[in-house]
Amino acid sequence: MQSFKHMGRDDKIFHVIVFVILTLFFIAVLYPCIFVISASFSSGTAVQTGRVVLWPVDLSLEGYKTVFNTPTVWIGYRNSILYTIGGTLINLFMTLIAAYALSRHDLPGRNGIMLLFTFTMFFNGGLIPMYMQVQNLKLLNSPLSLMLPTAISVYNMIVARTFIINTIPGELLEASKIDGCSDLRYFISVVLPLSKAIIAVLTLFYAVGHWNSYFNAMLYLYDKNLYPLTLFLREILMSTNIDPSTVSDPELQARLADMAAVIKYALIMVSVVPVLLIYPFVQKYFVTGVMIGSVKG
Amino acid sequence: MTTKGTIPHAGGGAPLGRRILERWQLYLLLLLPLTWLVLFCYVPMSGLVLAFKKYNAGLGIWGSPWVGLTNFQNFFSSYKSGMVIRNTLTISLYSLLVGFPIPIIFALLLNVLNGKKYKKTIQTVTYIPYFFSTVIMVGLLFQLLDYRIGLYGTLYRMLTGGVAPNILASGTNFKHIYVWSGVWQSTGYNAIIYIAALSTADVSLHEAAMIDGANRFQRVLHIDIPAILPTASIMLILAVGNIMNVGYEKVLLMQNNLNMNYSEIISTYTYKVGLASGIPNFSLSTAIGMFNSLVNFTLLVITNFVSKKLNGSGIF
Repeated sequence: MQSFKHMGRDDKIFHVIVFVILTLFFIAVLYPCIFVISASFSSGTAVQTGRVVLWPVDLSLEGYKTVFNTPTVWIGYRNSILYTIGGTLINLFMTLIAAYALSRHDLPGRNGIMLLFTFTMFFNGGLIPMYMQVQNLKLLNSPLSLMLPTAISVYNMIVARTFIINTIPGELLEASKIDGCSDLRYFISVVLPLSKAIIAVLTLFYAVGHWNSYFNAMLYLYDKNLYPLTLFLREILMSTNIDPSTVSDPELQARLADMAAVIKYALIMVSVVPVLLIYPFVQKYFVTGVMIGSVKG
Repeated sequence: MTTKGTIPHAGGGAPLGRRILERWQLYLLLLLPLTWLVLFCYVPMSGLVLAFKKYNAGLGIWGSPWVGLTNFQNFFSSYKSGMVIRNTLTISLYSLLVGFPIPIIFALLLNVLNGKKYKKTIQTVTYIPYFFSTVIMVGLLFQLLDYRIGLYGTLYRMLTGGVAPNILASGTNFKHIYVWSGVWQSTGYNAIIYIAALSTADVSLHEAAMIDGANRFQRVLHIDIPAILPTASIMLILAVGNIMNVGYEKVLLMQNNLNMNYSEIISTYTYKVGLASGIPNFSLSTAIGMFNSLVNFTLLVITNFVSKKLNGSGIF
């Protein structure tokens, strides 16, 4: 890497242009994020009158207080956590067993089975046939309807399979076989411990996917006590006015008109923070994971 | 994504029956995934016959009478079909034209930037919006773009002194808001793959070019861009193969009565006809969805073929 001082004139101009474009883009992404944080910590009136520009105005926690006093937010939170944990565990189990079995060259029929899986990435039954199948399996209005139909993402399965093929040397399998290690035993004692990186990436993608999904819940669930957080968010964020009956505190009810916007910002924060909290833990595996996905299997 | 040329292995010479028996544990592992594949992929796929039937709940999928292509005819003869197909194509082509090159440009620029720390910061921050759910993203859009109290309204007032026009209420703005919010949300994430491809590019090429007097911009054109071309062509095939799959979850949330003529796309229409209307029409909805899938699949096969002819890389 050349230092800026030693560059020619053309290069200096080019580097300045690059720096400016990237900085503008950086600000364009960062600024709305900061604005949301600031608005969520401002008073209802400050947000409603458009006085928040960058930093919180009339620092206040009333947005968060209202959000945490709303019972539906807690129900949604609890459900989303349960669906995310349950769904992700099912995802990991199903994806890894399929990826491992299909990573073995010595599996007769492997290419045919792979083809059955990959075909579904490009062609599927669509909305109604899927809905009817969920109905036939008696999964409507059951939390399982959010976990079973999405149990495997074929794309993720192929990524995991590619990872296993590329990073675990075939000699290990040969050596284990000589030692009398069974295929199952080899999976549990050799493959799984060596696949930590891919397991971390799969966990991130599956968990974020469950936490963020709303469409299947909207289709398959009709009991409000089963709603994930996103469905409540949808009701609140997409409405121009918040239904006062969802707020228990009578004093707050009166001020709701003033508070609609700040509540929405606080809600956005409350829903995004859990995802951002797990992100740093898996970030180091993140780029690797995305890259494996781009390598052909 | 098929694997050609299986590597020979220890039991390669044994009869097939014995090789299968020897691997029984692997088949046991595959039992659940294959059951899943049948139950949630292939059984629904067989449900596509609904598109050629008039669904009757009492008779079930298989008992309902055949009606040939009537459902398709009904769709294409309705005034809605032209509108939803046009909207789908407008939104998806616009997304492709803007959303495909921008991450590439972003990656190329980031690769030029000096200063490791700043580079890392930009990367980390630009990933963040990718993890916002659709609901949050659309809620955020509504809040920020509000012409009275949103960030957009506030900044507009500060800069011009007047009241901002209500861009959320105008149907013609729908596609711009949809596409550019997508750029805002996923550029950082989509660039990762190109950034990684650039980091593996041959350093000696750069050194040789510098000795020959090439400036940085020339090196971007002649070294960096060729380095990411194979990756870019694969991404392009996948993107074209998905051209009819506009992100319906986001569109559905962004729709309102004011922009409906510009925002109704095939997949949201399928949902409305099939599940959200007062008189659900399962057969018509399935037919529309099937038309969408077929167009997609055809496009994928064509682009893959063209890409293979042009530069030898395809996905199958």
